[in-house]
Amino acid sequence: MNDFIRQLAEITGPGFVSGEPEERYLYSMDQGTMSPVEPDAVVMPGSTEEVRQILRLANKHKVPVVPMGGGLVLSGLTRALHGGIILDMKRMNRILQVNPKSRYAVVEGGASEGMLQAYLKKHHPELKHSMPDAPPIATLAGNICIHGSGHLSVLGGFHSDMLTGMEVVLPTGDVVRSGSCSVSTDWFARAPLPDLSGLFLGWSGTTGVVTKLGIRLFPSYAHNDMLIFVCEDADLMPDIISRLTGTQVAEDMTPWMTPKPEWARGFLHINISYGAHSKKELTFKRNLLQASVKKYADQKIAGFLPMPPSEKSRFLKIPSPDLVKFADLRKGGGFEYVGAIMAIEHFAEAYRAGLQIARTYNVSYSMGARIIGAGHAMMFFYAYAFNRADPEDIKRAQHALEATNIAALEIGGIPWKSELPAQKQIIDKMDPGTFNLMNKIRSVLDPNHIMNPGNWEK
Amino acid sequence: MPEIKFDPEVCVNCETVDCLMKCQYIEFACISDAKAEKLKINAGEKSRVLNECLTCYACQEYCPYSNNPFYLLVERQEEKGILPAPKPVVEEQLRMMSPKGRITQQKVRSPVVNMCAFPMLAGCIRGKLFEGASVISGNDMFCNIMWLHFAKNSVIRERVPKMIDNIMSFYLTDSKIDEMVCFHDECYGTYTSVADAFGISVPFKPVHLFDYINRRLDELSDRIKPINEKIAYQRPCSNRLSPETDKILDEIFIKIGAERVPRKHDRENALCCGGVPRAQQRDELADELVEKNISDMISSGAKYCVFNCPFCMATLGQEVAEHGLMPILVSDLVLTALGE
Amino acid sequence: MLHEEILHRCFRCGYCKMPSNYIDLNCPAYLAFRFETYSPGGRMWLLRAWLDGKIQPSKRFAEIMFSCTSCGNCTEHCPFPDFKNLLLEAFTAGREAFLDGGLVPAGVRDYLTRMQLHGNPYGLPAKKRADWAEGAEIATFADQDYLFFAGDAGSYDTRGQEIARSAAKLLAKAGISFGILTGDENSDGNDVRASGETSLFEELAKKNTVLFNKINVKKIITLSPHSFNSFKKDYPKLGGNYQVFHYTQVLAFNMGKLKFRENPDPVLATYHDPCYLGRHNLDYYSPRMMLSAVPGLKVAEMDRNKQNALCCGGGGGNFFTDVLSSGNESPARSRVREAKATGATVMAVSCPLCAIMLEDAVKSEGLADDLRVMEVSEIINDRIM
Repeated sequence: MNDFIRQLAEITGPGFVSGEPEERYLYSMDQGTMSPVEPDAVVMPGSTEEVRQILRLANKHKVPVVPMGGGLVLSGLTRALHGGIILDMKRMNRILQVNPKSRYAVVEGGASEGMLQAYLKKHHPELKHSMPDAPPIATLAGNICIHGSGHLSVLGGFHSDMLTGMEVVLPTGDVVRSGSCSVSTDWFARAPLPDLSGLFLGWSGTTGVVTKLGIRLFPSYAHNDMLIFVCEDADLMPDIISRLTGTQVAEDMTPWMTPKPEWARGFLHINISYGAHSKKELTFKRNLLQASVKKYADQKIAGFLPMPPSEKSRFLKIPSPDLVKFADLRKGGGFEYVGAIMAIEHFAEAYRAGLQIARTYNVSYSMGARIIGAGHAMMFFYAYAFNRADPEDIKRAQHALEATNIAALEIGGIPWKSELPAQKQIIDKMDPGTFNLMNKIRSVLDPNHIMNPGNWEK
Repeated sequence: MPEIKFDPEVCVNCETVDCLMKCQYIEFACISDAKAEKLKINAGEKSRVLNECLTCYACQEYCPYSNNPFYLLVERQEEKGILPAPKPVVEEQLRMMSPKGRITQQKVRSPVVNMCAFPMLAGCIRGKLFEGASVISGNDMFCNIMWLHFAKNSVIRERVPKMIDNIMSFYLTDSKIDEMVCFHDECYGTYTSVADAFGISVPFKPVHLFDYINRRLDELSDRIKPINEKIAYQRPCSNRLSPETDKILDEIFIKIGAERVPRKHDRENALCCGGVPRAQQRDELADELVEKNISDMISSGAKYCVFNCPFCMATLGQEVAEHGLMPILVSDLVLTALGE
Repeated sequence: MLHEEILHRCFRCGYCKMPSNYIDLNCPAYLAFRFETYSPGGRMWLLRAWLDGKIQPSKRFAEIMFSCTSCGNCTEHCPFPDFKNLLLEAFTAGREAFLDGGLVPAGVRDYLTRMQLHGNPYGLPAKKRADWAEGAEIATFADQDYLFFAGDAGSYDTRGQEIARSAAKLLAKAGISFGILTGDENSDGNDVRASGETSLFEELAKKNTVLFNKINVKKIITLSPHSFNSFKKDYPKLGGNYQVFHYTQVLAFNMGKLKFRENPDPVLATYHDPCYLGRHNLDYYSPRMMLSAVPGLKVAEMDRNKQNALCCGGGGGNFFTDVLSSGNESPARSRVREAKATGATVMAVSCPLCAIMLEDAVKSEGLADDLRVMEVSEIINDRIM
C-alpha cells in the first residue's frame, strides 16, 4: 500500500494524498449510525486527468475506489467497505460555465451547492438553482447522483431531473460524456441521445466518478413568499397536496410533522414556497393556492397559519440551518434519516408508521416530506436524532432506522441513498431482471469490481 | 362562572342598533334587519352575524349602553361551535400561548410595566420616560384577550384568573405595589372591560400606558423637543375597549408636537390591521383593508405611522415602510421627542 | 480537557468551513490543506477520538492542531448556539494537551522557546523594543493620556517598525497624548495563549501588568489587534484593568483634526478586516470610518468582508511557526487575489501581521505592480499635510 500511496502522490502531488491514521480515522465514517470502516488512503484529485490516472492505477492494482463529495450522505455510502482509497472530490470545485440564455450551468464534480448559489447571486442574480436542505458544502454531483431534491423540486422534479449532461471517468479510467455535451459544445439536455446518465444516477458511486455536470437553472424572483398550511388529519393530506400542486404555482412544498416544539405536536404542516416578478403576481399566486384548498378552510378543519412577514424570513432562507440544528436535539451531534420516495396517496400510512416506530424504539424524531413535481411523488423522511457519545442511543436510532426502511418498503416506497442493510432489503424486493441488469452493467463498466464495492450486492 | 354582563331589555328597546348598523364589515338592509339579527344573537339563535363577524371589537365602543355586544357575540359563537378560524390554527395558538410555569418570584418597584407576551419588546422600556421601571412579561402573564378573536371565551375564563394570580403572587403582593402599567391596550382591556363583563375580580389597579406617558410628559416637560411631524395613527382594535384613553393620546401627541392628521380610518372608523382576517382565511379581505388603510395614511401626508399594538405593527409595519412611512410605536415616538 | 463535553456534539456540517455567503472556503487551515481533518469539525472529532483512545497523538495530529490560526470563522458560522462560542477554547485546550505531551511542530517549539527566553518571538534583546521610535521624537510614557503599545512586530520587524512609526505619527498629528515604553515590557502574549501555552502566557501577562500598574497606566492604545485582544479580554483577570483601544478606534472620531491635501489622486482601495479587531472584537467600522474620511479614496468591499473576512493566516502564532505554509494553498495568496478582483490598487490593513503576510503574498502572486498593501495610518499619512 505504501508504494501505491507513493504512486498516487506522483499523480496529485504529495500534499493531496494521505494514508495517515488521522485521515483514515475521520474518513472511516460519516455522521450517521453506520459503523466505521477505514480506507487505506484518502486522495484529493484536482482535475479530470488526475481522476483518470488514479482510476487506471487503482484498476491495475485492483484497489477499491470510493468517490466522495461533501460526505454528508449520513447513510455511510462513502465508507470504504473493502478498504482502498477514498476520492475526496472537493478540490474540483470550480463553476465552469453559466449559460443564462438557456439557463444551465456546468460545474466540476466537487463543486458545492453553496458556492454555486453565491456565484449566481453575484454574477447572475436573475438565476438560481434548486438547493437541498443539506449544509452548503454538500456537492452538486453528490446530491444529483443520489436523486436528491430541494427547494425547487415542485417546480423541477428531483435534482437528477435537472441534470443536462455529465462527464464521467469510468472505473477503467476511460473518460466519457453523456448528454448533448457529447456531441455539441452546449450542455442543454440529455435528450435526444441515448441517456447514459442513467448509468451513474442512483448507483451509489459503483459505476464511475462524475467529474463535470450540467444542471438546469431557474429564474429567480424579486418577490418571494411562503405559506404554512396546517391540518390535524393525515388522511386529508394526499388530497390537500394534490389540490395545492394542481395550481402549479409553487416552487417547493414540504410537509412537516414534529413533536417539538410542543405546540406543533400532532399537527401536520405544509410549507409552500412561491415567488413572482411583481407583488400583484405574488398575490395572485397566493390566491390560487388558497382557493385550491378553500373547501377545507370553509369546513374549518384546516387552514393557513397567519404569519407576520418578520416570521417568514427564516423559512425563506436557503438552505435552512434549522435542519442541521436537529442534530443537537439530544446534545449529541448525530442524526440520520430514512427518506422513502413513494407515491403520495400513502401519506397517512407512512405518517402513522413513523409514529409507531418512534414509540416502539423511544427515539427523538421528526417527520416530513418533499413533494416532487406536480405531485408526482414525495420523499417522505423519518429523521432520528441521537447522541453519538451514547452507544445505547445510537443503537436505538439504528433499530428505528431499520424498522423504518422495512415499513417504507412495505408501504411501496423505496428508501433513497439507502444504507447497506436497506440496499439488501430493496434487492430482496426487486424484480430479478432489474437486479440482473444492474449486475451486468457493473460488470461491463467495472470488470475488476473496484468502484465502492460492497454496495448493491445481495 | 357568571354569564356575560348584559341586559337583554336594553337591546329590545334600542332604537339605533349602533352595534350592528355602524359595523364596517357586515351589511344590513335597514335598522330592523339589524335589530332582528341582534335579538337572534341575544336569544342564542342562529344568525349570519356570528359567521361573518371580523372580531374587530368595535361594537363594544359603538354601543351607547355598554351592553357588551361583542363579548356576547363571542359567547354565542362558542356555544354554537362556530369557529372564526380553522380548528388546528386555533389549537396551535392555544398551545403556543399557554402558561408555561416559567416564572419566578421577583421584587419589583413602581412603575411595574407589564409587557404581556411581548418580552422581545422589553427594550422599549428605557430612558427617563420609564426611569426605574420594573418590567414583567411572558406567557405566564399573557392577558389572553386574543381568544375573543377565536370564539374561546372559555379559555379567557380559565386562564385570566390564573394570570392575575401570577401577577399578584410573583410580583405585586410581596413588593406591596397595587398598580400596574399595561404596555398594551389589550392587557388594559382585559383587566378593565373584559374583567368587568366576565365577572372576574382584579385586585390591582391597571394603568393605561397613555395615562402613564401623559403624566410623565408633564414631569419631563422641560426635556421635550417637539418633533413637528404629521403622523397617521393606527388605532388598535383593543383600544375600542377603553375609548376614553383616545383623548389622552391626543394630549400626548399635542405635547410632543405630533400632528395626528385627520384621516378617514382613524378614531371610530379605524380599520383592522388585517392580521386576524388572515387567520380567518380571508386574505383577500385583509389585502383590501391594508390597501384602504395605507392609501388613507399616504393621502393624509403623514410621515410616521404610529402603532400602539405590537401585533398591528408586525402585521403592517413592513407594508407601511415600503410605502414610505416610518412605522413606530407610541412609546418610541414619545422617546424620540424626549431625545432618548 | 476543557470543553471536552462538546466535542462529540459537532455534526461536521461544514458551515465552519465557509463564510455566510458561501462564496468560497473561509477556514484558513482547511483552505491550506483540504483534508477534512484540518477543518474545525475534523479537529473536534479527532480530539474526541484521542480522548476515547481511538487514535494517538502524532506529528500529523500536532500539525492539524497547530494549523488553526484561531481566526474565529468557525465560531461565527457554526449553527449550534449551545457551543459555537466554545470552539476556539476547545482547540486551544487541545493544543495545550499536545504541549503537555511534548508533541509539537518544530516551528511552534522554537517560537515558544524564544518567547520564554526573550519575552518576544524574535529572540532579540528586550532593550531593543523601542528602537522603532528612534528619531521619531516620541516621549517615554510618564503621565500622558495613553500608553502606546507597539507590540512584537511593531517593535522588531523592519516593516512592522515602519507601521509603528506611521501610526504614532498619525496619533500625534491628531493631537493624541501618548507615551511609549522602552524595553521593560514584553510581548502581550496573545498568540502564546492561543497556542495553548497558558502558563507562559500568564507569566508574560503578569510581567506586563506589574509594570503597567507600577507606572500607573490607565489607557492603552495598541498598534496590533492581537495586543488589543489580549489586553482587553485576558489581562483583567490577571490584574491588568485598563481601557484598551486599537489605534483606529481612537482616530475614527478624530479624523476632523487632520488636514488633507487638496486635489488628491483618486484611488480605489479595499479593506481587509483583521480577525482580532473584526470577528473577535466586533469592530468592523473604526478603520472604515477612517478611510471614509479620506478625500478621493473609495472603498470596494471584497466578497468576504467584515465577519466573513478570510484570515491572512498569521494568527495563532502561524506568523512565526509557519505551520500553514506546509499546506497546499496559502490563505494570504487567496486573499490578495480576492483583493485584486475588486479592482482596487490599494489593499488597506490595520494589523502589522496582516500587512507583512499579505505583502509576501502579493509578491508570490506576482501582483506587486498592481496591488499595494498599505496600513491604514500609512494611507492617511500619505495624504495629509
